[in-house]
Amino acid sequence: MSRRMQVLRIVAAGTMAAAISSFSAMTAAWAADTIKIGSVLSMTGPASFLGDPEDKTLKIYVDKINAAGGVDGKKIELVVYDDGGDANKARTFATRLIEDDKVVAMVGGSTTGTTMAMIPVFEEAQIPFISFAGAVEIIDPVRKFVFKTPHTDKMACEKIFENIKQRNFTKIAMISGTDGFGASMRAQCVKVAPAYGVQIVVEETYGPRDSDMTAQLTKIKNTPGIQAVVNPGFGQGPAIVTRNYAQLGMSSTPFYQSHGVASKSFIDLAGAAAEGVRLPAAALLVGDKLPDNDPQKKVVVDYKTTYETTTKQPVSTFGGHAYDGLSILIAAMDRANSSDPKKVRDEIENTKEFVGTGGIVTMSPTDHLGLDLSAFRMLEVKGGDWVLVQPGS
Amino acid sequence: MSELLQFFVSGLTVGAVYALVALGFTLVYHASEVVNFAQGEFVMLGGMVTVFAYAAGVPLPLAALLAVLVAIVVGLLLYWLAIAPARGATAVSLIIITIGASILLRGAAQIVFDKQFHKLPAFSGDTPVDLFGAAIQPQSFWVLGGAALLVLLLYYVMERTLLGKAVMATAANRLAARLVGVNVATIMALAFGGSAAIGAVAGILITPITLTSYDVGTLLALKGFAAAMLGGMGSPLGAVVGGLLLGLLEAFGAGYISSTYKDAIAFIVILAVLFVAPQGLFGRRAVERV
Repeated sequence: MSRRMQVLRIVAAGTMAAAISSFSAMTAAWAADTIKIGSVLSMTGPASFLGDPEDKTLKIYVDKINAAGGVDGKKIELVVYDDGGDANKARTFATRLIEDDKVVAMVGGSTTGTTMAMIPVFEEAQIPFISFAGAVEIIDPVRKFVFKTPHTDKMACEKIFENIKQRNFTKIAMISGTDGFGASMRAQCVKVAPAYGVQIVVEETYGPRDSDMTAQLTKIKNTPGIQAVVNPGFGQGPAIVTRNYAQLGMSSTPFYQSHGVASKSFIDLAGAAAEGVRLPAAALLVGDKLPDNDPQKKVVVDYKTTYETTTKQPVSTFGGHAYDGLSILIAAMDRANSSDPKKVRDEIENTKEFVGTGGIVTMSPTDHLGLDLSAFRMLEVKGGDWVLVQPGS
Repeated sequence: MSELLQFFVSGLTVGAVYALVALGFTLVYHASEVVNFAQGEFVMLGGMVTVFAYAAGVPLPLAALLAVLVAIVVGLLLYWLAIAPARGATAVSLIIITIGASILLRGAAQIVFDKQFHKLPAFSGDTPVDLFGAAIQPQSFWVLGGAALLVLLLYYVMERTLLGKAVMATAANRLAARLVGVNVATIMALAFGGSAAIGAVAGILITPITLTSYDVGTLLALKGFAAAMLGGMGSPLGAVVGGLLLGLLEAFGAGYISSTYKDAIAFIVILAVLFVAPQGLFGRRAVERV
């Protein structure tokens, strides 16, 4: 190559660089005309299995919405922070979203702990906040600016007890995790059990990072008259409980897990021990097994296909909660023809018959979740996969 | 009776892992007076590297060997890159360096591997063994046997070989050891490499039972440290006894008293022991001559 050519190349490269930098200056100016949506997720730490799919889902769908022209001609700009599952950090990031980033709405909060820590910040700033966390405390009592998409733990208890009642069981044991999810669901189950004629005879707990639960299960095993065992918890704990359950030869007693472990990784981790375990979960987990006339079928199959082809990872219901939250928010902005936080809030509350991955959502001033028990399907693990439990069995 | 035995074996299995972590603490503390809080990360590395190598098609024994080698290399790097350059620093600074290293290793594992939980197949099947009415996973025997073997091996090296004597000499008096021709730097590097290997083996043995993820090390380091304190910091026998005792306390606490307070029960007992015998069960009383 001649010297001259080389010089030319350098000049060309320089011009390119200048062009690129002026282009990025242009996008910065254009950014002022975007709608800023904030999110604080637990992408790392013990709840990363929630935050990670939620983060991926939000990014995939924000890109899709922007590619399709955005909302009312404005592009969405997503600001995401990782709280590592730490409620203190979540609160700090929530403040940052409002004061520095000046977001008009917030989606996310992966766990009940982080969500509860952030609620006061958004209530005070009057910014709509759609949480992806489970506990019923988030929307009960109703707070003006706070909504959530996942089923509550109370509904999970009701769905489990409904099934237990159908099988004519009355005496059960409960082993729950002491993490926020497990503790909250445990309390709800204790509260709703009498309504289904269910008596909780023994109760045990385990720490979220415990590696052996045989001692607790042995106590349950040695209690006479137990007809079923319920395990409210999430993370790897329930997988270990399930393995110890099989190890102790307790599999002949029906075993119920919660929606907290409704993902394929639970079956992978628990292995053969998971056979016969039942749990309530959203339709998303069994999308392809739903009958064709199921109103949710199209939405869940679309989401599953999009998520799995983009991330190359199996879909989980947690990412689905993020999809529902974002979709409800975008639809509300569209209806409001505005990104004014107060108008958007009013429209979120007006959400009617929204078909999401978690169920069909109809909100009201007294219900900021908008789901009923039909949103849950009772599933059973069979042959290393989920199957729908037929009603009444 | 079967209940008691069930709790006993559960406690021993978990305790054996605490004991191995405590042993790693002891070995490094012996040679360098550093409490290495990255010890738990070696356990994590052992489990995670094995899981990923095995998933990539490497046979399990080779995957395990690879994991031990990776942990040893990381242990040596930790010594050469972080501990050795800060040789003159106080023990507190060195401990803070190890905490930093543990955060770094956890972060790196999160990127290199992932954030999910993983499992390994049990080495000899999942069918529980019925022992006097207690159902025991075959893997528990692997954990107990592996731990016993490591302890014996370490005992032999420390008590019967020149290398072990050199480690003891370094622990007793670094200057004097150097004067009689012990290469103190090499001994310290060996201690870090050795403790990494012990941690990695613990991680491999326990993964089929407890599952593993990038952040399992934190809690294990805490429990292992508590076990080492209970047994007496710096005493290998104390580390083993302390670890097993801690595991048993947790299992019996959960089984007979309350599963909610089992960690509290274990730590209350440790506190009580340390009030009565601040040097731990087998620790030497530190005597300072003036």
